[in-house]
Amino acid sequence: MLEIKNLHVNIEGKEILKGIDLHVRAGEIHAIMGPNGSGKSTLASAIAGKDIVEITEGEINYMGENLKDMNPEDRARKGLFLGFQYPVEIPGVSLVNFMKTAINENRKFKGLEPISASEFLKMMNEKQELVGLHAKLTSRSVNEGFSGGEKKRNEIFQMAMLEPLLAILDETDSGLDIDAMKIVANGVNKLKRSYNATILITHYQRLLDYVIPDFVHVLYKGRIVRSGEKELAQELEEKGYEWIEEEV
Amino acid sequence: MNASQDKLLAKVTQADYKYGFYTDIETDAFAKGLNEDVVRQISGKKNEPGFMLDFRLKAYSHWKTMKMPEWAHLTIPEIDYQDIIYYAAPLQKPTLGSLDEVDPELLRTFEKLGIPLEEQKLLSGVAVDAVMDSISVKTTFKETLAELGVIFCPMSEAIREYPDLAKKYIGSVVPYTDNFFAALNSAVFSDGSFCYIPKGVRCPMELSTYFRINMANTGQFERTLIIAEDDSYVSYLEGCTAPVRDNNQLHAAVVEIVVLDNAEVKYSTVQNWYPGDKNGKGGIYNFVTKRGLCKGDHSKISWNQVETGSAITWKYPSCILKGNHTTGEFYSVAITNNYQQADTGTKMIHIGKNSRSTIISKGISAGHGQNSFRSLVKVLKTADNVRNFTQCDSLLMGDQCGAHTFPYIEVENDSAVLEHEATTSRIGEDQIFYCNQRGIDTENAIGLIINGYAREVLNKLPMEFAVEAQKLLQISLEGSVG
Repeated sequence: MLEIKNLHVNIEGKEILKGIDLHVRAGEIHAIMGPNGSGKSTLASAIAGKDIVEITEGEINYMGENLKDMNPEDRARKGLFLGFQYPVEIPGVSLVNFMKTAINENRKFKGLEPISASEFLKMMNEKQELVGLHAKLTSRSVNEGFSGGEKKRNEIFQMAMLEPLLAILDETDSGLDIDAMKIVANGVNKLKRSYNATILITHYQRLLDYVIPDFVHVLYKGRIVRSGEKELAQELEEKGYEWIEEEV
Repeated sequence: MNASQDKLLAKVTQADYKYGFYTDIETDAFAKGLNEDVVRQISGKKNEPGFMLDFRLKAYSHWKTMKMPEWAHLTIPEIDYQDIIYYAAPLQKPTLGSLDEVDPELLRTFEKLGIPLEEQKLLSGVAVDAVMDSISVKTTFKETLAELGVIFCPMSEAIREYPDLAKKYIGSVVPYTDNFFAALNSAVFSDGSFCYIPKGVRCPMELSTYFRINMANTGQFERTLIIAEDDSYVSYLEGCTAPVRDNNQLHAAVVEIVVLDNAEVKYSTVQNWYPGDKNGKGGIYNFVTKRGLCKGDHSKISWNQVETGSAITWKYPSCILKGNHTTGEFYSVAITNNYQQADTGTKMIHIGKNSRSTIISKGISAGHGQNSFRSLVKVLKTADNVRNFTQCDSLLMGDQCGAHTFPYIEVENDSAVLEHEATTSRIGEDQIFYCNQRGIDTENAIGLIINGYAREVLNKLPMEFAVEAQKLLQISLEGSVG
């Protein structure tokens, strides 16, 4: 599904990623861990196609296509979803309106008619329930005045609505209390299918108590320095990132 | 700015102004220039009663003593007032029995503009007065309105048919001495719409006027007068377009509204005059005086405007809140893109006790556009317990544009409570990327964000106008994010 080969990325002329290799297959959950500044969010931005990211070497292949010249909206329409670490506020645009626009753009891309009002409403209700998003939030402006937890839950809600093939959740667990984190984790687990995949980017191990990853990768100074199964996260939790620093 | 946005910008700035066509139609026009004879001839063309000619002549001699105002935050090239045609009218038979007799070219023009001029289309429930160059071409739905006693007709007709109303109210809210452009308009205005809502009548349909400047080198000076008697209500819409031309054209209109006890007038404008090309060549100079008088107690005036066109806009729709318990509202979205300039805002003059006003202004600057918001909230000694809320937001797109605010407050009564909020923001790359990441392309993302930003104002527009205005906002700004 996703194949990253020797990816080097610059941001504003500074090399942040220094040769990443990553292979994600359908049905898998990968966790990418690492200390602050290791390049986790840059990797997410590179996959999603943010324009400050400059790929200097290597490539990202998604569903057999090189993403090099594909704009971010087409990547999204082909099933790539990024849950933002800092979800953006859009004043005056209700979440309902935003979601409806997004869903219809995605449908248009697939050659489908716009979604009917009743079908859309039904879907909204279902997914709200799934992630425990309060109904009142959907009529409010996108992320405006949302608490930190509500913002993150909203990201999971949007993921549920858009039903992506590959979801990258960038620190979706940060700033959440344990109950909110369980809800996020629950959402991820419920949405897991044999045909989709998830990449969890996280600083802490605790999310991985609720979402069991198939693979764990440790990103350090722009390189994946260790890969393993879920036990690696446990080891990292016990020994701390200093352990990695010493090893490297 | 990335490559796709560059491309988008190029695409949009090279797109043509949709209403930029010119209709080849026989026109009766004066020679260029302005003098007392021209003023007399205009009055003569209209078969006006003597009082109107007197008013015009006084206005003209007063205008000659005046200078163009220079206080606005605008760069206005010198205007040669002798190089303008002051009267131009599509040639037509003196009176029209039915639409069949209207010049088909003219009908096609209005069709292109999407104006529902044909009777069958009027089922949509909008009564339309269409003003092309200097004269009112056709007023529809007149009979239906007449049954209720509503008068909706060209100004020139009102002056002839209802001289008492005309004499009483023309110049009563905006005197010819008011300002340079009001004086000029008072001298040479050729037509416009007149609207009278009798006591106790709630006008069942939106009244609408479409203004169109067609001829080259022509100024358009229309004058609109709305009178709402006790306990009446009307919602009035105004739309404006013009052909694409290299030179600038002058539009100096006057709108007067008088509202009596318990009456309400809602005045909505979607102003889409030709804004000039992407290098700032051509475009309409829109120097307009709009003012309403809440004369009766518990009366209300609401100005709702979406300003996307014109090379230069100078316009301050205002309310004089003379009655007690009166309400004045001003909701505005003004866009300046490319080299457009706008100095716009409102005045709320509180005279009556317990009068209230709300000002919501949303400025959007893109390209090299300069957008100024100017407001005056004045509370006189007599006005106890006044409330005002002002919110002035500016949105910047790109780094070549400017947003400026000039709020003035003059309070002579200590019981007044005034609130003022102002924000300046930018459309963020982050907002656009967030939309992109959900599958929404940049063009639609900008439309979504802009319409969200302007939502408070758009919500105030009548339904059919709101849809048009939303599209217009998006078209006016597509690709200007950098």
